[in-house]
Amino acid sequence: MYRWRRKLTPYLFISPFFIGYAIFFVVPVIWSLNLSLYRQTGLNAEARFVGLENYSRLLEDDTFIKSVTNTTQYALGSIFIIVPLALGLALLLTIPNLRFREFFRLFFFTPNITSGIVVGIIFRLVFEEQYGLLNNFVIQPLGGEPVRWLRDQQWVMPSVILLGVWRYTGINALYFMVGLQNVSPELKEAARVDGANRWAVFRFITMPMLRPVLAFVLTFAIIGSYNLFAEPAILVGAEGGPGNAGLTITMYLYTQGFRSLKLGYAAAIGYTLAIIIVVLTVLQLVLTRVFRED
Amino acid sequence: MADITPAQINPNIPTATDLPVTSTGLFRRRVEWALIYAALLAFGVVVGAPFLYMITGSLKTNGELFSYPLNFFAQNPTMENYNRLLSGAEIPFIQQFMNSILVAVSQTLLALLISSMVGWGFAKFEFFGKRFLFIFLLATLALPFQITLVPLFLMMFQIGWLDNYLAIIIPGSISAFGVFFMRQSMVTLPDELLDAARIDGASEWGIFWRIGIPLSRGALSVLAVLTYLGAWNDYLWPLIVLRSSEKFTYPVGLATLNGLYKVEYGMILGGAFIATLPVVLIFIAGRKQLLDNLTIGAVKR
Repeated sequence: MYRWRRKLTPYLFISPFFIGYAIFFVVPVIWSLNLSLYRQTGLNAEARFVGLENYSRLLEDDTFIKSVTNTTQYALGSIFIIVPLALGLALLLTIPNLRFREFFRLFFFTPNITSGIVVGIIFRLVFEEQYGLLNNFVIQPLGGEPVRWLRDQQWVMPSVILLGVWRYTGINALYFMVGLQNVSPELKEAARVDGANRWAVFRFITMPMLRPVLAFVLTFAIIGSYNLFAEPAILVGAEGGPGNAGLTITMYLYTQGFRSLKLGYAAAIGYTLAIIIVVLTVLQLVLTRVFRED
Repeated sequence: MADITPAQINPNIPTATDLPVTSTGLFRRRVEWALIYAALLAFGVVVGAPFLYMITGSLKTNGELFSYPLNFFAQNPTMENYNRLLSGAEIPFIQQFMNSILVAVSQTLLALLISSMVGWGFAKFEFFGKRFLFIFLLATLALPFQITLVPLFLMMFQIGWLDNYLAIIIPGSISAFGVFFMRQSMVTLPDELLDAARIDGASEWGIFWRIGIPLSRGALSVLAVLTYLGAWNDYLWPLIVLRSSEKFTYPVGLATLNGLYKVEYGMILGGAFIATLPVVLIFIAGRKQLLDNLTIGAVKR
């Protein structure tokens, strides 16, 4: 009796979670794959098996391709602009004897805890053409012509990237700060004594030791980028704005699935998005060679 | 051995490559510090200006918000936007705000309970299938939730949970991340303590509830803040399952206000400002533990 109870106990602890996980995650994941093989428009409509047709249609759907390029443009922006900026900020914030370190750390984190809707609402005014903050207080004082941020197709995604820089540089800097704390000061000191300049210390001591954090930050940057929804939906509308210039993959999934009720098609978009994210994440982990040390 | 630097003989002797005090070094250092603070300050202004403009803008009429030349601060501050927003003339904002609190608090409490139970199971027991389940969870963590959106919506439709908070609270409290987070923290608790309690005749649930939970307060508070923030700010899923404006959470409500024509934009800014206050308060209250434990399980090994 006692032994039997001891064996059962762990399963009682883990079962509430795993029952929920099965119902609300595992089943939908499989259901979604099945649904993506059917054409079903409307909640009570009949589902017709079409095989991989939804996927082949996606590849020829210009709007979908546009959403993939837009989202990828944002992802590249976040990787090549936000991540280096965050690293630079982290290096500044870990300088010994810096005053107000805690204040800066906290303050730079605040954009990240603000909801995407609120950020979108504020940034509509930042990017407003005639009466916006950016044009009136930055571009024009510097002698530039007002930019049509959210009106000109070319400028919509760069605007969203700027919003991303504002929102995510702080939190990524925090991650880098954790990594930088693990770089041993003795090792750096030893290198300096041996005549290494600052760049060499950074390149050959700091950077290699930051690799695990870099992998972590890049993974989250990729996943976060491809999940982008609320901010562009508020900035230009869920339909994607002029010429779909602000349409992300998740926005397209939303409009196809929940406005047009093309359920099978939307499920196929969801799966394609998952494939993109998984492939990019694995590729990134290989590229940063996170496995090399273990 | 030809070029031995002074530093190799005595590390305390400054050299050109070392920053500290040489006669020109002192000036250089001051300039460096000035540049460092200038950079941080510039970044601070960039971060702070949009927030500040949200507040000043909420005190402006449309006439002032969209006028030339643009003023950063309200010239004729008015509370009219707040009065109108809270009167419920456009959207039931107070109701939606309370809805958000209800949803976020319930989801947080349930997520804490479920995550700490399974975290405890993984951390303190050996059982058949443990390794498999753990790796399975890890592997599925990379899958985006968008993959489940359509079937989950159909499920909610079929069981009649559309426009019902259960559709948000129950799936939202099932968090694989929460499981890892709690497991990482609980695995460090000493087993001797639990064995001593067992010898004293404590039940397994009693050990979990009276020893495991109290000793994991730090991790629980971090998970609470993270879950609350996530729930408070969530937009896409509530947008899909909530149907009536009295049931909306505030992000869905503000988004509809944003889509209306002829609405004072200052009113939307006011709503955004009010909705941000609880988040800021929670963040300030939990900042220390949150910032220190942000990367549990991810960066620490």
